[in-house]
Amino acid sequence: MSLLRITSPHTHRAGRRTSWVMQMVMLATVPGLITQTYLFGYGTLINLVIACLTALASEALILKLRNRPIGFSLSDCSALLTAVLLALALPPTVPWWLTVTAVSFSVIFAKQVYGGLGNNPFNPAMVGYAICLVSFPVPMTQWIGASEIIQAGAVPSFSDSLAAIFGSLPAIDSYTMATPLDAFKHKDGMMSSEAYASIAGLQSANLVSWMYVNLAYLAGGLLLIWLRIITWHTPVAMIAGLGLMANVFYGLDPDNAASTIFHLTSGAVMLGAFFIATDPVSSCTSNRGKLVYGLGIGILIYVIRTWGGYPDGVAFAVLLMNFAAPLIDYFTQPRAYGHKKAKKGLTIGGEK
Amino acid sequence: MAKQSNPPVYAFHGGIHPPENKAQSLALPLGKPSLPGELVLPLGQHIGQASRPLINVGDRVQKGQAIAINNGFLSSFLHAPTSGQVSAIESRPVAHPSGLSDMCIILTPDQADEWIELEPLENWRDISKTDVLAFLAEKGIIGMGGAGFPTQVKLQGAHKHPLTHFIINAAECEPYITADDMLIREKTLELILGIEILQHLVEAKHVVIGIEDNKPTAIAALEKLLKERQSSIQVAIVPTKYPSGGEKQLIQLLTEKEVPSGQYPADIGILCQNVGTCVAVYEAIKHGRPLISRFTTLTGDALKAPQNVEVLLGTPISHLLDYADLQDKKLTRLVMGGPMMGFTLDSSDVPVVKTTNCVLAATKKELPQPAPEQACIRCGMCEQACPASLLPQQLLWFAKSQEHEKAEHYNLFDCIECGACSYVCPSSIPLVQYYRHSKSEIREAREAAVKSDIAKQRFEARKARQEAEAAEKEAKRLARQSASAKPAAKKPAKPAPEAPTPAAPAVDEAAKKAKIDLAITKAKLKKLEKALLEAQEKEHTEEISALQTQVDETKKDISELETKVASTPVAPTKKATAPAMSDEAKKAKVDVALASTKLKKAEKQLAEDPDNTELKAKVSGFSADLKTAQEAFEKLGGNNTKPATGSKPVLSDEAKKAKVDVALASTKLKKAQKQLVEAPDNAEIKAKVAGFEKDLKEAESRFAQHNTALADNATPAVKPAMSDDYKKAKVDVALASTKLKKIQKQLADDADNEVLKTKAADFEKALKEAEARLSSLDNNPAPDTPPAKKPTMSDDYKKAKVDVALASTKLKKIQKQLAEDPQNSELQGKAVEFEKTLKDAEAQLAALDVPVTPEPAKSKAQATDEDATRKLKIDAAIAKASLKKAEKALSKAKELNSEDTSSLEQQVEKAKAHADELEHALQNGTASAEPVAQANEQSAEFKERLKKQKVAAALAKAQVNKLKRLLAADPEVESLQQELAAAEKTQQDEEAKLEQLTNTQENR
Repeated sequence: MSLLRITSPHTHRAGRRTSWVMQMVMLATVPGLITQTYLFGYGTLINLVIACLTALASEALILKLRNRPIGFSLSDCSALLTAVLLALALPPTVPWWLTVTAVSFSVIFAKQVYGGLGNNPFNPAMVGYAICLVSFPVPMTQWIGASEIIQAGAVPSFSDSLAAIFGSLPAIDSYTMATPLDAFKHKDGMMSSEAYASIAGLQSANLVSWMYVNLAYLAGGLLLIWLRIITWHTPVAMIAGLGLMANVFYGLDPDNAASTIFHLTSGAVMLGAFFIATDPVSSCTSNRGKLVYGLGIGILIYVIRTWGGYPDGVAFAVLLMNFAAPLIDYFTQPRAYGHKKAKKGLTIGGEK
Repeated sequence: MAKQSNPPVYAFHGGIHPPENKAQSLALPLGKPSLPGELVLPLGQHIGQASRPLINVGDRVQKGQAIAINNGFLSSFLHAPTSGQVSAIESRPVAHPSGLSDMCIILTPDQADEWIELEPLENWRDISKTDVLAFLAEKGIIGMGGAGFPTQVKLQGAHKHPLTHFIINAAECEPYITADDMLIREKTLELILGIEILQHLVEAKHVVIGIEDNKPTAIAALEKLLKERQSSIQVAIVPTKYPSGGEKQLIQLLTEKEVPSGQYPADIGILCQNVGTCVAVYEAIKHGRPLISRFTTLTGDALKAPQNVEVLLGTPISHLLDYADLQDKKLTRLVMGGPMMGFTLDSSDVPVVKTTNCVLAATKKELPQPAPEQACIRCGMCEQACPASLLPQQLLWFAKSQEHEKAEHYNLFDCIECGACSYVCPSSIPLVQYYRHSKSEIREAREAAVKSDIAKQRFEARKARQEAEAAEKEAKRLARQSASAKPAAKKPAKPAPEAPTPAAPAVDEAAKKAKIDLAITKAKLKKLEKALLEAQEKEHTEEISALQTQVDETKKDISELETKVASTPVAPTKKATAPAMSDEAKKAKVDVALASTKLKKAEKQLAEDPDNTELKAKVSGFSADLKTAQEAFEKLGGNNTKPATGSKPVLSDEAKKAKVDVALASTKLKKAQKQLVEAPDNAEIKAKVAGFEKDLKEAESRFAQHNTALADNATPAVKPAMSDDYKKAKVDVALASTKLKKIQKQLADDADNEVLKTKAADFEKALKEAEARLSSLDNNPAPDTPPAKKPTMSDDYKKAKVDVALASTKLKKIQKQLAEDPQNSELQGKAVEFEKTLKDAEAQLAALDVPVTPEPAKSKAQATDEDATRKLKIDAAIAKASLKKAEKALSKAKELNSEDTSSLEQQVEKAKAHADELEHALQNGTASAEPVAQANEQSAEFKERLKKQKVAAALAKAQVNKLKRLLAADPEVESLQQELAAAEKTQQDEEAKLEQLTNTQENR
């Protein structure tokens, strides 16, 4: 009789593995994916496939270089999740090489170079996104408009999407249109009411389709909270931060500032709140820390959208707060059992 | 459940809901396995030191007989679970996470199961609680929940604060385990009665039974009985959530209070006891039944008949597994305890102990091998599950990167190792294992730090000791120097005045050393006790026992040192009748020196080989010798009339402290004095010296006070003060003489410098004063003995010498000038004058020299006598030493059963005889020296007169010479002639007187 010698505990929660967590997050993106595909055509799906293949290939390559077990690490699905999130964040018509660049950069430089899963200080997907946004601003800001208001009168077909991604689609301009955020940013001194009336990107059809996208991601996010994969702290704090800023400035200057609803339902707010900012590796870890972290992201998003150079600021806001996460972690430790108050900072040796 | 007022139940952070798996073992009723072939009873079934066996191999014991006794404060008794024979006391594998073996008593049952006569404690309500606790200790009751903390210790601790809550832990939150559930069902009444007994002992405001809501049968049984008895005991039903049965979590659940980090529940007025313990307490007090059996759950899919059993302690697990029908092939993991906090067993040979609540024989499917560890993604699930509100993901990071300080900062030591974090971890990281590792590394580092602290302390103490010794040496050297500056002529009188000087420091040194050792040891004890307390608080089992032994050892050392300190400097006298003679003193001195040398040597050896009992015996023998010698010596140094009190003065702590202060102050003083000698004009140092002197005096007076208060014998208190004064005086003398010498040297270079002259005179005066003080101190111990006069005499002598030197220098200078300018009448006059002065001085010197040169016959005789005595004493010492050697050899030979024991015995006899003889002779010699000494005293007086006379004669002669010279220079002066005549007459008179005296002396 050879008995196992293992330290306690001897039992583990069945099923809930890291790969399961990743798969659940990917699953939760499905409503958003469907909505985006429905509203903007098959480009997102095609991008998704390209991104996933690129992610697996680059992860495998680096794992091989690092002499790590390839199958073991690939099976945790973390690279796939990065690819999925990137594919959802990229415009549906970006050329294939842009997707490949973004994904491979995220996996190789933002994750594996730091030591692989769990060791990356920055959100890999957002690193890849930001690199492309900075490097290739034009294709990164071309979004398909709502079908009612674009020239083509319908979302691009599968072949058109393929053509746009892999070759060049001369008629691409008939599909694309400035996103509401982009349009609002470049209203050039017009009053809000004028802008809503005159700018194509700010027509209600466009606003509504973006709202649907955000609502879909909200639904997926609620699923994650229900599954206890994420806690409510980060998304709520982030939405609250953005909402608060928008509310304050809209209250101060309703003629020029965008409304709270406009801010919360446009761009990548919900995707960012529930899927990007909640990346556990690069975010804050304690509940209080998550609140601070989320609030910071929300505020930064508003700041970048309103006064920065980019129409949307989720990627930069998340990356900036990634920087701050370790510091926030030090100052937001929970009060441990038996301690009168929570410890703060790292005053080592100072207390007993 | 609302019918009875159930107490409120609060919540705790985190917690998990693992599958309960409790139904399996509750399907069958309570089982009673048969007696196994042998019972294995580990001596360490509890936290703290292992018990000490009371029986020997081969003894027959009865059921319930105590077979091992508690071994210290945190220890317990052990009783025979059945009647039988002790077949062995040996090392066997025991139930411990380490999987190591430990000492066990092996009992072979005789199947008779014969009880010893049990004595219940009927009057537990009437006798003192301490007695009840002692009774419980004797019954081997320990906490049966898991840690195995001796119950009486826990109950004692509960008296620290008034208790608000007495909580009975029936939560049993671990999956699979149902032993407490079954116990409540089977022994409801016993449990309630046990709780009532404990409540009588602790007197808490609220008594609450905390039980999880997954035990409805037990809850119903409890509530029914409590209602019947109209008891004030409450039942709090807590939701099923692991780890609600953890002491801290249950306290939070029932009281909303948290046990402060690093403290006990008792510190916030809460006491927790396991249900098993309560039942054991009841059975011990009502039936006198010691803790020899317990309820244990046998469960797991590898068992065909999982059930609860009431099992005798020491029953091998294999016997129980057989009883529960083990399917050997299915078994992959054997866990003692539950699946969350239990530990795996290597084999089923280990026995059931007092804390074994469950044996889980699991199949591969039931407890699968953990999946390979993946990277931590900081998902925070562990954080949500942690009942201590820690950040397990951060702790893991710090544990992996060995950042122990950060880990501690993140409250690593508040981790209760419940395993909830590991249970929920999606990456299958064995978090608890990481924390255990980190904790043990931190503990090791702490121990190492303590060790290095002790080493540092030791080093500093050694340095201080060495400095003190160096200062002492320096003082001695100075004393010697000033002594050697005196005329070396007084041979016979020399040993007596010198005697106190070298011996007293020797005594002092020993005392000081002992004191320093004592201080170090005390500091060590304090540190150890602190560490022990810490360990007890954190329940570091391994550390506690080790520390306890260390503490005990240190305490023993301290008591030894204390007696040594108490006895070394102020040892009482024994031989009160012995006369105080100078040779006696010398003998004592020699003895002291000899004994202390031996002692030191032995101690040094002992330090190198601390376990050598022979050496220890030797050391104690030597220290006894030293004591006797010191006593003898001290008596001689002090008054003859010193009472012969036999009882050792035991110094109070304060007195001891005062003593240490004295030692410290004197060391400081010495150092400062040394500096002063090097720079005699430094006012700062002088002020320092004065300050230290004051300190020293204060300390001394304090010490003296304490000492007198303690012992009616006042001499010990006076003595050190005296010797210190004496030392001080000596140092003063040395200082003054140094200064004087310096000035004289300057004066010799520049003879006419008035300032220097006055300075020299001042210093001379100071020197004289100091010497006078010294001599008076010298006189004190033995008043009117000739040695006391010596310093004054030598002083005169020195002065005279200086005068001579001065005069001759001046004369030479003048003569030189005169040679250059022979016509200068002034110079001539001066030269004559100087010559005269020189002659005067020389005469004086001669006068001082004279009395010593013709040695009195008696004193010579005494000297020879003394020489003989000394020789005798040395012989005696040698004889004693050889005797000891022979005895040692004999004892060794006896040990080795050597054949020449008889010859060695003879040798010993011979050596003894020789030593006795010598001792006898020595005593005779001492006795014969007595009258001589008395005579000596008279002769000293006489000598003094003689000396004075001689001086007078010399002076007269000098006067005559002077006048003659003047007359030669100027023969016409009449007055001079007359003067000369008168002087010549005086001279004749004086010389006549001197002759007379000399004659008298010769006649004596």
